[in-house]
Amino acid sequence: MATSEPPPRVTLAELYRGFFHAGARGVGGVLPWARRMLVEERRWLTAAEFTDLFSLCNFLPGPNTVNLSIVVGARFHGVRGAVTALAGMLTLPLLTVLLLAALYDRFGAAPGVDAALRGIGAAAGGLVLATGVKMAEPLRGRPRALGVVLVTFVAIALVRWPLVPVLLALAPLSVLIAWVRRA
Amino acid sequence: MSPLVSLALRFAVLSLLAVGGVTAVVPEVHRVVVEVHHWASDAEFTQMFVIARAAPGPNMLLVTLIGWQVAGLPGALVATAAMVAPSCTLTYLVAGVWQRFRTARWRLAIEAGLAPIAVGLVIATGWLVARGGHGGAVAYAISAVTTVLVVFTRVNPLWPVVAAGLLGLLGAV
Repeated sequence: MATSEPPPRVTLAELYRGFFHAGARGVGGVLPWARRMLVEERRWLTAAEFTDLFSLCNFLPGPNTVNLSIVVGARFHGVRGAVTALAGMLTLPLLTVLLLAALYDRFGAAPGVDAALRGIGAAAGGLVLATGVKMAEPLRGRPRALGVVLVTFVAIALVRWPLVPVLLALAPLSVLIAWVRRA
Repeated sequence: MSPLVSLALRFAVLSLLAVGGVTAVVPEVHRVVVEVHHWASDAEFTQMFVIARAAPGPNMLLVTLIGWQVAGLPGALVATAAMVAPSCTLTYLVAGVWQRFRTARWRLAIEAGLAPIAVGLVIATGWLVARGGHGGAVAYAISAVTTVLVVFTRVNPLWPVVAAGLLGLLGAV
């Protein structure tokens, strides 16, 4: 890996702008845009650095692209960089969603809006289900992991148990299964 | 307890539980918002989910909208801050030591063990969002067809969404 290259110098203003653009273009998910911005356009990270940092962001709780802004911002400017990158990424999405909410409060009662949103809601549910199914793909051939998927789904979606006790019971069990499998 | 304090506490806890992203905690957000606090109905919840997805940005704007619904602009800001601050702080602290453990067996086991739980939670989210419209057979058919199309074809996911919106406008859902 090209460790000979010195790390790029990035100012706080550049951090804000870079993440502002990644957030602004993030229709359908910020991740592809963030990668493009960081690795291909501005070259703040190498492809390998990006993959490594992103696996950390995925592993930790919270929105993975929000975590990514923290890690990248911190890398260049510590706490100030982290806050700046986060603010950059959230500015436009927050303004947009609040504008949409205000429009909905004003016009949501119109009959067409409600009817269209009912249809879109059904499709949106399908999109999320599809995401879940695709995420399950790497678990094929691991019956115990698929069992954990099923138990989680039944406990949360059908029985409607609260998340905290379900996680407290299932997470250690599932990690133990993975530990034994690797032994 | 004031709604702002409830919002802050609820989402601060969820922030640290959102393993696999915010989509994974949507069922718990649904339980808290619809069943425990009655801040929104089932149908309103699905509508907020849809509106949040229409905006660009990370998948966490649902939380902003719930804050807005409960307590206006202060609610939106408090809910958003509560959802990001704990997980961001944790990320900031862990980022420094991460490199050291990249091949540790316990780390790989935790990753592999949390993955199926995240998958189960995302599927639960899809289920609750699809069901939240309380539509009839047509709504369920739309959800099922969208799922199959997106899993098995390379169709742009926008098309089933647009078609479903039109079906809704025509009064079919």
